Amino acid sequence: MNLSLKDIRHNFGRFALTAVGIGLLLMVVMGMSGIYRGLVEDATLMVDRIGAHLWVVQKDTRGPFAEVSRITANTEDRLRSLPGVASSNSFVSHTIQREHEGKSLRMTIQGLAWPQDRGAWLPLVAGRAIEQSHFEMVADQSVGLLLGQSMRLGKDTYTVVGITRNMISSGGDGMAFLTQSDSQAIQYDVSGEATRLEREARKGRVEDADLGRTRPDTLGRAAGLSSGIPVLGPPPVSAVLVRLSPGADLDQVIGAISSWPDVSVYSQQQQRELLLTGNVDRSRRQIGLFRTLLVVVSTIIMALILYTLTLDKIHDIAVLKLMGARNSVIFGLILQQAVLLGAIGYAIAYVVGLWVFPRFPRRVIVVEEDLYMLAGVVAGISILASALGIWRAMKVQPNEVLA
Amino acid sequence: MVDALDNLAVEAVGLTKVYGSGNTEVQALRGVDLSLSRGEVIALLGPSGAGKSTLLGIIGLVNQPTAGSITMGGQTVVAEGRFTVDVRSFRRKYMGFVFQKANLIPFLTAVENVQIAMEINDQPPRTARRRAMELLEYLGVSDRASHYPSMLSGGQQQRVAVARSLANRPNLILADEPTAALDSVRGRQVMELFRKVAHEQQTGVIVVTHDHRALDAFDRTLEMEDGRVRGEVLTSPAAKRSLTPQGPGGKGGPETSAGPP
Repeated sequence: MNLSLKDIRHNFGRFALTAVGIGLLLMVVMGMSGIYRGLVEDATLMVDRIGAHLWVVQKDTRGPFAEVSRITANTEDRLRSLPGVASSNSFVSHTIQREHEGKSLRMTIQGLAWPQDRGAWLPLVAGRAIEQSHFEMVADQSVGLLLGQSMRLGKDTYTVVGITRNMISSGGDGMAFLTQSDSQAIQYDVSGEATRLEREARKGRVEDADLGRTRPDTLGRAAGLSSGIPVLGPPPVSAVLVRLSPGADLDQVIGAISSWPDVSVYSQQQQRELLLTGNVDRSRRQIGLFRTLLVVVSTIIMALILYTLTLDKIHDIAVLKLMGARNSVIFGLILQQAVLLGAIGYAIAYVVGLWVFPRFPRRVIVVEEDLYMLAGVVAGISILASALGIWRAMKVQPNEVLA
Repeated sequence: MVDALDNLAVEAVGLTKVYGSGNTEVQALRGVDLSLSRGEVIALLGPSGAGKSTLLGIIGLVNQPTAGSITMGGQTVVAEGRFTVDVRSFRRKYMGFVFQKANLIPFLTAVENVQIAMEINDQPPRTARRRAMELLEYLGVSDRASHYPSMLSGGQQQRVAVARSLANRPNLILADEPTAALDSVRGRQVMELFRKVAHEQQTGVIVVTHDHRALDAFDRTLEMEDGRVRGEVLTSPAAKRSLTPQGPGGKGGPETSAGPP
């Protein structure tokens, strides 16, 4: 006869409620590791998905994911001329927050190097990749835009032609993919008045200089479009992504780019590590601490619950001892309940977690490895938590029944 | 091992129990001698603090005496105030207990309460179940077998407790005021039950009681006072009616014989 199951059957309501409580607690522990995994996944998503061999960024910066990085757009052409480089594409990334239909939308704009890159590699769940050089965008479903919906950004209106899933930036914002020129148009959009003021300022600077007096035609140019002034380069880009030719020596190419005075270069692995040792590392440590605290709290709560359950049975335990029950019978009664409580709590955590985690604002990724580890931890804390109850039960004297 | 053929269920010699020391020393038992045959039912009478429950606890191998020895079924279980056997194993195999309250395990049904006593004595569950049902049948509560203790009356609970105490065919049953929580009719029934069980199962029964109404159910009555057996009444059928309490502790009738000091 299994005394522990008999006791549970008799006090099912209380046991079930306790198991649900433990389960929800364990779900939070499970969720914490999932949130960490989600952070890492989101942070490294772009680096992994784009799969560039090298990231060329502004000199002495850690790249666009860590800080502001600006390099001239022609870096792309310079890199393409290097031996061993198969292709190079500018990378533009910036985060915006706009009002749309009364709601505040936040998204990270990623510029695709149209026409070479149309976003065919994006994990689309609806719609298609970009097929026009302008005014189309592919947005992640977490942004909140629907397929076919239009949104005004800057001076133009963009239509959502595709929807992705789980394309989240390291900052936790959903991504929107546009062509690079559209992306820059949004990034460097200024109001008409600001443009007029800038033109006037330029004109003033030319007039003040000898050039304005000796070459009056330059005044007209200064007061015109920026793109019409040859000395003003195109807007800078965040980084340039380099793919190497098959068989090219990675170290050799890195060595060549490193000698340039205006850029720094990182391999894919280095860029990944930079991401993980930045913001993510701090979050990882914070989540790790929380997780440890939660495990400790769960252990204490389980120990108290099991202790209380044991106290409720203390008289019955004394009766069993008086009848001559071995310690193993008493041990089994408490330990089996502890392990069962842990196991049922774990199952509840898993099942409820499966339903709840996808509804979290940030991604929660539960992997098998974490599940196994948590199962081990739950088994450990169940045994540890039962120790207090077992200790109390062992102290019970059979003569307490006679008293 | 206990010799099943030995006619003595228990024999205690010079049992002494002292609690505390110095000024706080309390002598709970002062050299008590007691013997009980199998099939015999005896009552321990006496006022509170007389040492009845202490004696029961020591004979039940729950408490260790300060001095004295106990032999059960020919085997010495206490010598010079020390246990000489694995007491829990001995209790499991050769003793049964009944208390003032039935002390049934609340999360087990009536039949399971009887069954568990056998299972912790390594009986196979199926055998234990069958015997548990037989015992409940024997004690007239088989129709309540699947009921939890909270669903049973006090008398039914006590019957289940008696069934449990009989589960492992013990040499000795120790009962501590088993009728205290019952009305006179039910109390009488339980006492008669002990008598029936003792005679039919050849089990020695020691009952601590304050209840004088059912003394004729016992073969002998031992009166205790201040840690001593003050008197012993041989309650033969003819003498049963003359058993009336006299003074504190209920002194016996004409067949009273002097107990050990």
